[in-house]
Amino acid sequence: MTGIGRRLRRRPPKYSAAGLVWRGLRGDYWPRVWRDTELKRSYDAVVVGGGVHGLATAYYLARNHGITNVAVVDKAYLGSGASGRNTAIVRANYLTPEGVAFYDRSLQLYNTMALDLNINVMMSERGHLTLAHNDSSLRTMNWRAEVNKLQGVNSCVIGPDEIKKIAPALDTSSHPRYPILGALYHPPGGIVRHDAVVWGYARAADHMGVEMHQRTEVLDILCEGGDGPDGKGPGGRVVGVRTNRGDISTPVVVNCTAGWAGLISAMAGVRLPITTHPLQAAVTEPVKVFLPTVVVSGSLHVYISQTDRGELVFGAAVDAVATYSIRGSLEFTEELAGHVLELMPSVSRMRLLRQWSGLCDMTPDYSPVMGFTPVDGFLVDVGWGTYGFKAAPVSGEQMAEAVATGRTPELIEPFALSRFEAGELVGEKGAASVGH
Amino acid sequence: MLLVPCPNCGPRNSTDLRYGGESHPRPDPATATPQQWRGYLYLRDNPAGWLRENWYCRSGCRRWFTVERNTATNEFRNPPMPGDKRGGKA
Repeated sequence: MTGIGRRLRRRPPKYSAAGLVWRGLRGDYWPRVWRDTELKRSYDAVVVGGGVHGLATAYYLARNHGITNVAVVDKAYLGSGASGRNTAIVRANYLTPEGVAFYDRSLQLYNTMALDLNINVMMSERGHLTLAHNDSSLRTMNWRAEVNKLQGVNSCVIGPDEIKKIAPALDTSSHPRYPILGALYHPPGGIVRHDAVVWGYARAADHMGVEMHQRTEVLDILCEGGDGPDGKGPGGRVVGVRTNRGDISTPVVVNCTAGWAGLISAMAGVRLPITTHPLQAAVTEPVKVFLPTVVVSGSLHVYISQTDRGELVFGAAVDAVATYSIRGSLEFTEELAGHVLELMPSVSRMRLLRQWSGLCDMTPDYSPVMGFTPVDGFLVDVGWGTYGFKAAPVSGEQMAEAVATGRTPELIEPFALSRFEAGELVGEKGAASVGH
Repeated sequence: MLLVPCPNCGPRNSTDLRYGGESHPRPDPATATPQQWRGYLYLRDNPAGWLRENWYCRSGCRRWFTVERNTATNEFRNPPMPGDKRGGKA
């Protein structure tokens, strides 16, 4: 009894259906999910960015490698950036073998996440349709399907009749300007509740002793021995982080700041092949369930899914202009509506509820930049552009391994920063918002 | 809507132009090392503030020009004058 009592005092209660009923009947408040602690003066590792990538990195550092003296710092609140703004789609049907292996591992981790983290992430394996509107994209779909099958990922190309059976709302006739000729069908793809993933990682990491510090902005990264000013730059090493709440000394800093990745890396004297572009998304009023799968059109730059509440969630391509401003535009809604109606003319009377945007860190080859940099102790997990959410679990796992072992894990070797200097780009054309 | 000050056509909606990205001096291909060349090709400053960048007025005068924009607020400054030689894909 005392053992259980001690455990209960140390850890918040496990989430369960019985607990939900019990707390509901008692009218209790739920305990805080993670602690708010004082910022210590020293940590074994500091993760910059309290999004799903940063939290996953901290969680796997603690769980797989026993490194718990870790701080996750974020200038706003946890999940305030792209982690809470994405369209929550997960899939593994990429084009390059590197990409497929990577995202397949991520999908496996998403599948067991609810059990691993003891939180309902509402993983919905509803299937994923990538539409082809012309011969060349049909050819790419076949290519992707073959690469996927070879690596054991469930994907196949289906024709308009089968598409109509799966998603009757889609206009599969030959009338539209962009007729649907076929689709890459990926049954394991689906959607996940992105906020729950953020909270789940934060809660689980907190249980193991990781500290989350919100409203803690990194002002500078302290380095020594580098070529540049203040000991920054190639050849140097990280000694600490300056925040708005004081200096922290740490030998390891992991940059998981997505759209702000270039600014944080510049503080350590590392230049990245990254530009920051906003990506806009929108959601409609809720209606009855009619769209059973995720529908994506690369040519029309649109992806559509229906939430459990019944709203249609639309995402699009990134805005062409690099900017840190997340202001929405009318051009976006106009174009989006046109494209959605091209695919589903029946939703023409639906009303948009709201639109928003998030910042994407785009690389020239639509692949991330992960692992070590020329500054010792400064690691990056950036360049996640439009595909960061679906990759978060595996990125965290691999980044944690890199931090703990000091070596680049095999799975993320193709994504090293050094590939740009060597001219060995990955060329992932299976990424979201890339036309074929 | 983002109004871009084209030196020849005046303020135009950004969708009328093509965004050309950061403007950096191009290294001499004859003498640049592969490392320098790839740095020019791929590495970016990506600041949250004033940035010199290239635009192509694709549905207007069909000329490239360079202008300064604040990437945090999207305001422009120092727009080039017509016939300004600062333009071109630097």
